[in-house]
Amino acid sequence: MIEIQDVHKSFGALEVLRGVSMTVNKGEVVSVIGGSGSGKSTLLMCINGLESIQAGRILVDGTDVHGRGTNLNQLRQRIGIVFQQWNAFPHLTVRENVMLAPRKVLGKSVDEADQIACTKLRHVGLGDKLDVYPSKLSGGQQQRMAIARALAMSPAYMLFDEVTSALDPQLVGEVLDTMRILSAEGMTMIVVTHEIAFAREVSHRVAFFKSGRIHEIGPPEQVIGNPREPETAEFLKSVL
Amino acid sequence: MIETDFARTDLWFMLQGASMTLALTFWAVLGGTVMGFVFGVLRAVASSWINALLGAVLDVFRSIPLLIQFILANSFKSIVGLDVSAFTVACVVLAIYTSAYCAEIVRAGVLAVPSTTRRAARSLGLTWWQDMRLIVYPIALRVSLPSWVGLTLGVMKDTSLVLWIGIVELLRASQVIVTRIQEPLLVLMLCGLIYFLMSYPISRFGAYLETRWRDDD
Amino acid sequence: MNYTFHWHQAFQALPAMLGGALVTIEVAVLSMVIGTVCGVGLALARNTRNRLARGFATVWIETARNTPALFQIYMIYFGLGSLGIFVDSFPALLVGIAFNNAGYLAETFRGGLRAIPPTQVRAARSLGMSAPQAFRLIVLPQLFRTVFHPMTNQMVWAILMTSLGVVVGLNTDLTGITQELNVRTFRTFEFFVMAAVIYYLITKFVTLSARLVSARLFRY
Repeated sequence: MIEIQDVHKSFGALEVLRGVSMTVNKGEVVSVIGGSGSGKSTLLMCINGLESIQAGRILVDGTDVHGRGTNLNQLRQRIGIVFQQWNAFPHLTVRENVMLAPRKVLGKSVDEADQIACTKLRHVGLGDKLDVYPSKLSGGQQQRMAIARALAMSPAYMLFDEVTSALDPQLVGEVLDTMRILSAEGMTMIVVTHEIAFAREVSHRVAFFKSGRIHEIGPPEQVIGNPREPETAEFLKSVL
Repeated sequence: MIETDFARTDLWFMLQGASMTLALTFWAVLGGTVMGFVFGVLRAVASSWINALLGAVLDVFRSIPLLIQFILANSFKSIVGLDVSAFTVACVVLAIYTSAYCAEIVRAGVLAVPSTTRRAARSLGLTWWQDMRLIVYPIALRVSLPSWVGLTLGVMKDTSLVLWIGIVELLRASQVIVTRIQEPLLVLMLCGLIYFLMSYPISRFGAYLETRWRDDD
Repeated sequence: MNYTFHWHQAFQALPAMLGGALVTIEVAVLSMVIGTVCGVGLALARNTRNRLARGFATVWIETARNTPALFQIYMIYFGLGSLGIFVDSFPALLVGIAFNNAGYLAETFRGGLRAIPPTQVRAARSLGMSAPQAFRLIVLPQLFRTVFHPMTNQMVWAILMTSLGVVVGLNTDLTGITQELNVRTFRTFEFFVMAAVIYYLITKFVTLSARLVSARLFRY
C-alpha cells in the first residue's frame, strides 16, 4: 500500500503541498479531483521520487521514497506512471517503446520482452500498430501506448496524471475504457483527473484537492454526490 | 613591466591591418548581401530548373576552399590582364562567396513564412508584390537575421586568407611583427584580442535586434 | 590575352594531387573525431557547476568561434614556439582544425540537448531506467538525429579548412601539393582548377553520402 504522511512540498517560496495525508490500499482506485495548481500532479511526482519533499513521508510497501538509502530506480519498477503528455520515444516503434524498459531495466531477453509488449499492447487495443512509429498515431493511441509501456513493467501501482486532458474529446473515451479495464482487473490506481463522471463510476474513493491539501475524501457517492465541505460543492458546481 | 620589443608603432601597424580587415568585410558583406538577396529571392520563387541551376552554381562557391578561390581569381586576373588592385580582387571574391551563403539564408527565410499566412494576405486583396513587401519581407527578415549576423562574422574571419594574395590585413600584420621581434605568443594574443573586440559588438548587436523584435511581437 | 593553357600538365599531375586529397581527407576525418570528442566534453563542461571547467570551456568555445581558423593554426604553429614547443605544420593544422571543430560542435551539442524535452527523460526514469541508461537509450539517439546535419556541415568545413595548411608550409595535402607544382611550373590556373574540381567532388561525395545515411537511419 501507499502511505502519504503529512507531506509538505515547495517550489522555492511557493508551497504546493501543505500537509497531505492519504493511504491507498491494494486494489483500491482513488481519484483525485481539484482545480489547476492545487498540487495534484505534484503529489504524484513525489510518490515516485521525481520530486523531493520538504517534510513528511511517503511509504510504498514500507519503503520510504525519499529515504537516504532508497534505490529509486528499483522503486520505480513497482510504480507505473502515465503523464498528460504521453512522451513517446520518437525514435522507437510502438513495440520497441514498450519493450525497452523490460529489456534494459528488468533484463528480460528480447523474446520475453517482445511477448510482454505484444500482450500489453493488445490489452490496450493497439495490437495492429506494433511496428508503427508513434508519430503516425493519434494522441489517444499514443496515450494508450504509454499505458501499455508502464504496464509492461508489471507495476503494483499505477498513477495517472490527467492523462486525458491533452486529448481531443472523441479520443478521451478509448483511454478511459482502458483505465476501466485495469480497475476491473484489480489494479491499484491513483487517478488525477478532470473527468468527474469517470471518477464517480470507477473509484472506490475520491479525494478533493484544494490549495495543496485534501479537503474531503470518501466514497464517490458522498464526495461527488453529496459533498460535506462547501469548497467541494463549489468546485463541483463549476465543472459540472 | 614585461620585457618586450613590441613598440607602439607595431600596435599601430596591427590596427591598420585591422582596419583593412574591416574594410574588406564591409565591401564583401555589402556586395554579398545585395547579390545574395537577389539570388535568394529568385531561388525561393523561381521555377524548378532556374532554381536548380542557380543553386548548383552557388553551391560551387561553397564547396571549394576560399583560399583556392582567391588564388584562381588572382591568377585569372593576370591571365586576362585586368588592371585591378589585389584589394578589388579580394572584395569581389569575398562578395561572391558571401552571396552564395546569403542566398541560402534569404531563401530559407522566405520559405519560412507560412503559406497560410501568405494566402490570407492575398485573400484580403493584396497583390503578389505587396504580399512580398509587407508580409514576407518583415517575417523573413526576423527569421534570417541571426544567420546573417553569423555569416558577417564568418566573412570577417575569412578575410585573414587575403594575406595569400599579398594584402596586409590584421593577421598578416601580426605575422610580420612576429617575424621581426620573435615574440609570437604576445603578438598573437593581442591579435586574437583585436579580432574578438571586432566580432563581439556585431554579435551583441545582432542579439539586441533579436530581442527588440521579439518584444515587438 | 597571351597565355596558352597547358591542361595536359594538370592531368599528368593528377595522381600526385589525388595522393594529396587522401591526406586532406585524413586530416579532416581525424580533426572531426577529435573535435567531436572534445566538443562533447566542452558541452558537458559548460553545464556543470564547477566554475573552472565552465570558464575553461567558455574560453575555448569563444576563441574558436570569434577568431579566424588561420589564427588558431598560427597560434599553435608559431605561438607554442614561445613556450618551447615546436610543432610541425601537419600537427599544427590538425590540432588547429580540431580545436575549431570542438568549439563549434560544442555549441551544436548544447543546442541539441536543449531541444530534447525533459519530459522524455522523466518518462524514461519513471520506467525505472537509471540516469545513464536514460541518457544512452533515449537522449543520445534523439540528439544524434538533431546534430547529424550540422555535423555534416562541419565535416565539409573541415575538409575545406585543410587548405590552410599551405600557409604554414604543409606540402602533403591537396592544396600543398598543388602549390608545390605551381611553384615549379607557374601553371597556377590549370593546377588550381584541377584542385578545385577535386575538392568539389570530395565535398559533394560527403554531402550526398550523409543524405543517404540520414534517409536510412532516421526513417521516423
